Amino acid sequence: MTMKEKWKKALELFGIFFKIGAFTFGGGYAMIPLIEYETAEKRKLIDKKEISDIVAIAESTPGPIAINSATFVGYRSCGVLGSAMATLGVVLPSLVIILLIAFFLRKIMDNRIVQYAFFGIRAGVLALIVKAVVNFFKRADHGVFGITIMIAAFLWSAILDWSVIALIALCAVAGMLYCGYARRKGWME
Amino acid sequence: MISEGMIYLELFYTFFTVGLFTFGGGYAMLPLIQQKVLEKGWLTLEEIVDFVAVSESTPGPFAVNISTYVGAEVGGVLGSVCATLGVVLPSFIVILIVAKCYIRFKNSKLVSGAMFALRATVVGLMAGAVFGMLPTVFLSTGIAWTSLLTAEFLCSAVIFLTMLVLALKKVSPIILILCSAAAGIISGLLFL
Repeated sequence: MTMKEKWKKALELFGIFFKIGAFTFGGGYAMIPLIEYETAEKRKLIDKKEISDIVAIAESTPGPIAINSATFVGYRSCGVLGSAMATLGVVLPSLVIILLIAFFLRKIMDNRIVQYAFFGIRAGVLALIVKAVVNFFKRADHGVFGITIMIAAFLWSAILDWSVIALIALCAVAGMLYCGYARRKGWME
Repeated sequence: MISEGMIYLELFYTFFTVGLFTFGGGYAMLPLIQQKVLEKGWLTLEEIVDFVAVSESTPGPFAVNISTYVGAEVGGVLGSVCATLGVVLPSFIVILIVAKCYIRFKNSKLVSGAMFALRATVVGLMAGAVFGMLPTVFLSTGIAWTSLLTAEFLCSAVIFLTMLVLALKKVSPIILILCSAAAGIISGLLFL
C-alpha cells in the first residue's frame, strides 16, 4: 500500500467507526453486529470469521468492548494508523455529545419536574444494572470456585471497601492457578 | 497553575487505571469508577446513578461517556479529553500488542484461566456496586427503619420492581428509562 492509499483507508475507517459510535445505544455488545455489517459484509475490510475472534479478544483484554474492537479492526485492515483512526472515530461522537450534555445537565437539575423524573430513573437504572449482573452471572462459572470468587468479590468491594484493582489482580492469578490445577487433575480440558 | 495542571494528570491517570483493570465491558466498569470517583470526591453516588441513565439514552460506549462526563465536571473540556484519553489508551496499547500474536493469545491457557476467574469476579463486584447504590435509590430520607414507610421508598420500590420485570423481558433500555422518568414524575406529583 502506498502512503496515499493507506490514508484513504484510514479515513474510511474513521468514517465507519464515527457512524458506529454516533448511532449505537447501549455500548459494546450492541456494536458488534453493526461492526460486522459495516466492515465485513459491506466493505470487506476484514474477514467475517475474524468477527468472532474480535469478540473473544475484546472480552479477554481490559477496557471497553467498543474501543477494543475498533482498535483491532483498524489494525487488521490498515496497521497502527488504521487502529488510531478507527478508535478516534468511535470515541469522538460520545465525547462531543456528553460535553454538550454536561454543560446543561446541572442547569436543568434544579427543575422540580426533572428531579421527579430522575427519582424514577434512578430506580429504573438500578433495574438495568441488576439485569447486567444477571447476564454476567449466566456467563460465569457456577461451580464452587466461581461462587466462592463471587462472594469474596462482593465482600471485598461492598463490605470491606478494599481496592478493586488489587482484587482483579488477585483473582486473575487465582484463576490461572486453579485452571492449571484443574487441568492436571483432569476436571477441565 | 501547578494544581490546575495536576488535576488533568490525575484525571488521565485515574481513568487509565480504570481502563486497564476493567474486564467485560459496559457496566463492569461501574464498581471501579464508583470507588475511584467517590474516593476523590469528584461526583456523588447519586450523580453517578443519574449519569448511568444519561449514558443509556445517548449513543456511544458507557466507558467513554462516563469518563467524558467526570472529566468535564472536574476539569472542563480539557479535563474530559484527558479522562477519555486515559480510559481509551490501555485498550489501544493492549490490543495493538495482542493483534500481532492473537492466535497465541487466543490459545493461551493463562489468559483463559484468568478470564475464568474474572468473569466470576465481575459478578461479585457488580453485586457490590448495586448494594452500594441501594440507599441512594431507595432511602432518600436517610438510612433508618422509618424510611421504609415513606412514600419515597414505596414509589421507588414499585418502579424498581416493574422495571426489573421489563428489563428481564429485554425491553430496550431507552424505553425503560422513559417509562421510569414518567413513573417518577407521576408519583412525584401525586405522592411527594
